[in-house]
Amino acid sequence: MADPLISVADVSVSFGDVVALDGLTFDVPVGELLTLVGPSGCGKTTALRVIAGFQGASGGTVTIRGEQVVGEHVNIAPEKRRVGMVFQEYALFPHISVGENVGYGVRGSHRVERVSEVLDLVGLVGYDTRFPHELSGGEQQRVALARALAPAPDVVLLDEPFSNLDAPQRERMRRELRKIIRAAGVTAILVTHDQSEALAIADRVAVMRDGKIVQSGRPDVVYRTPVDPWVADFLGDAVMLAGTVNNGTVATVIGPVESDLPDGSAVQVMIRPEWIKPTKSDTGTCTVVDTEFYGHDQRVEIRLADDDTVEALVPSLEAIHVGDTVELAILDAVIYPA
Amino acid sequence: MTSGRTVVDIGSVGDPSARRDRQSRGTTPRAPWWLWAGALAIVLPLAIAILALGLRVFDATDAAWNTLLSSRTLSLIWRSFLLTTLVTVSATMIGVAGAWLLSRTDIAFRRVWGVLFTLPLVIPSYVIAMVLISSTGRRGLISEAVGFEIPSLVGLPGAWLALTLSTYPFVYLITSAAMHRTDPALEEAARGLGASPTRVFRTVTLPQLRVAIGAGALLAALYTLSDFGAVSLMRFDAFTRVIYAQYSGRLDRTPAIVLSLALIVIAGVIIWAEYRTRGRGTVFSKTPNRHYTMHHITGMRRVAALGSLSLVVVVGTVLPLGVLTAWVVRGISNGAVVSIPWNAVFGSLSGAGLAAVVAVVFTIPIVVLSVRYPSRLTTLLERSVFVTFSLPHITIAIAVVAFTVTWLTPVYQSMLVLIVVYASMFIAQSVSSAKASLLQVNPQVEDASRSLGRGPLATLTKVTIPLMKKGLLAGGALVFVTTLKELPVTLLLSPPGFSTLAVRTWAAADELLYARAAMAALILIAMSVIPVYYLSIKPREVS
Repeated sequence: MADPLISVADVSVSFGDVVALDGLTFDVPVGELLTLVGPSGCGKTTALRVIAGFQGASGGTVTIRGEQVVGEHVNIAPEKRRVGMVFQEYALFPHISVGENVGYGVRGSHRVERVSEVLDLVGLVGYDTRFPHELSGGEQQRVALARALAPAPDVVLLDEPFSNLDAPQRERMRRELRKIIRAAGVTAILVTHDQSEALAIADRVAVMRDGKIVQSGRPDVVYRTPVDPWVADFLGDAVMLAGTVNNGTVATVIGPVESDLPDGSAVQVMIRPEWIKPTKSDTGTCTVVDTEFYGHDQRVEIRLADDDTVEALVPSLEAIHVGDTVELAILDAVIYPA
Repeated sequence: MTSGRTVVDIGSVGDPSARRDRQSRGTTPRAPWWLWAGALAIVLPLAIAILALGLRVFDATDAAWNTLLSSRTLSLIWRSFLLTTLVTVSATMIGVAGAWLLSRTDIAFRRVWGVLFTLPLVIPSYVIAMVLISSTGRRGLISEAVGFEIPSLVGLPGAWLALTLSTYPFVYLITSAAMHRTDPALEEAARGLGASPTRVFRTVTLPQLRVAIGAGALLAALYTLSDFGAVSLMRFDAFTRVIYAQYSGRLDRTPAIVLSLALIVIAGVIIWAEYRTRGRGTVFSKTPNRHYTMHHITGMRRVAALGSLSLVVVVGTVLPLGVLTAWVVRGISNGAVVSIPWNAVFGSLSGAGLAAVVAVVFTIPIVVLSVRYPSRLTTLLERSVFVTFSLPHITIAIAVVAFTVTWLTPVYQSMLVLIVVYASMFIAQSVSSAKASLLQVNPQVEDASRSLGRGPLATLTKVTIPLMKKGLLAGGALVFVTTLKELPVTLLLSPPGFSTLAVRTWAAADELLYARAAMAALILIAMSVIPVYYLSIKPREVS
């Protein structure tokens, strides 16, 4: 593998007794879009601020393009790092026009050209003379992105870039942002607390908890094989069932699941609702007690033989109604030692 | 993770103020050295001069100690105490009553009244004193106009009235600003529970305003204690007048120095007392500019309210302007030489103008340090600015004279020293105004500039300063107006041949040359009105 563009190694930050980053370590290869996702308070924004240079670290190193920017007795000023940043509240300069905002970080004779080039990239041709307060939230967001991209940085950091947009705008901006970042050929780190956003936009997702990364990988892989029940639950809905390994299988209330763990181990079985497949059957032991039909799929609440209930997410083509008796099949499951 | 440690995600909180607060702890970036250099350049010179004054006590002569411990000094302390108490009480009563009438009742033309009520701010205390002296008594203007003798207002009653009129606007402004920030729902709840307007005021409004009224009263008290112009014209022997007499009449300056230090101690006691009585009872509304229920006053109460408002405006504003104009007219018709004192006009403009510019320039590093790099040191820096502001001007003047005459003879009574002293004395005003502006600026905007390749200095000049421009200009205007009116420092520190309208007004009034004094005073007032108009006489918060 080629050298990573950004390398964060064992970075720690504390505020008094409060630990924000606790040995944070990760690499970002050239051209990747990495999302840092975690609940609020996990240190993800602090991580961005350390990389950008707004926050010092009490330990560890940060290397960008092979050059150490944070380390022992090293703390390169933000303006010398060539790192673009898109702030949560956009932080556009309110006293100058959009064009001047975008051109703020560009020096030299190609400034005007570059401004219109980047405005074109974000779809805001002809906006240069407007002022930030005249723009909608989505437009401000694009200006912020254009401004960060204009000096052609090697890496762009995005801090909760969609949190100030309403839901429909958010989805559109998400797709567009990805295209723009691809087109600009820039490496990006995006911070969010919204797991579906993180999974949707990322080349690779890194889940943070308590100031460090607990798991990282391709979104589909992390979603399907979370390292522990906490990650499983954080990234999506999860049904957790307790059981014991017996002859290489775990008998759960829904059905048997294979396991490599030694016989007799107490385990927890994690099943996502869409991994449970109910089939209508007159001899079935389970009953549908509630349904929520969304259109693209439907959520089905099922009472099991032992009176417990589980939820399944079922394709909308499946005709299934309250009162139906069903049999359940398990399409996939993850097993954790209890 | 070790138990007992908590993890906080810095900045994912939406509230920018919360973010700012958190950033302040831990590994905050260090402030650039040139910010400190700028801030200390304006704060240190005066601080050193004042500390040096303190050290002078050790080589005070026996005669100086005798001065301090004589029964004369005790009666001096008593007189200053009496005057300060009387003025503070009356100014507070007028200010609070005015604020309530003009922001909580349905009296007509409240806006106009509000402007008229703050106008005495542009009339210096010694001008009001001169107006009172020259219009009462046997040969007073009013006595002559009405045909019988109105008892002359000098001494304690005169000083009391003049300083009350000069100081009640502070209480009025701070109190009405606070009234606009209280939650109207509390008052409505009290009304809804059947309380009368007066009971609501006493039990709900007043307790919420305690801190604001205290701050206004503190300003009034400190102003009175350090006022020199009015008490000297009124021939009332308060501290400042005696210090000035001791200073100008003797070769040995130690008695003046010892008395100055005593005055500083008294000012400190007042500040401490106000600080101690400050409570935590203020609840400000989260949604400002909400609608307040206006009390409807009728009948005799309405007459009484309008009558007292008019009385204050007539005595505090109409009378001074009328009397000044009358003196000028009379002077011209009597053939006295009443020309525009160009030298003094130029002196006032250059002195106050340069002081405002210097204050604004040095406000920038102080405010940026205190807002963006909060630490114990920056808090101390900001405090020192406000302490200097509350020191009696005559003591500052004495301190600077004593220091420059001994250690910096080349700049003794130079324009440089005068401007630096003006600026550092009044910089607190531009600091509080600019600080309010900077607190509105999202620090992320500065971070954005840094990440776009601009260093701290470029970020300061291209982003931070343009965004706090309004606060800086307003602060500069305040410093300009305050410097225009300044008297004792100008008297003691002016270069030879330098004069200001303030000095000319006071000196002429002292020699009973009223026409000449009135001319200078009117120009002085006209010059202050312009920047005050620019400040739009909004109820401002004075910290």
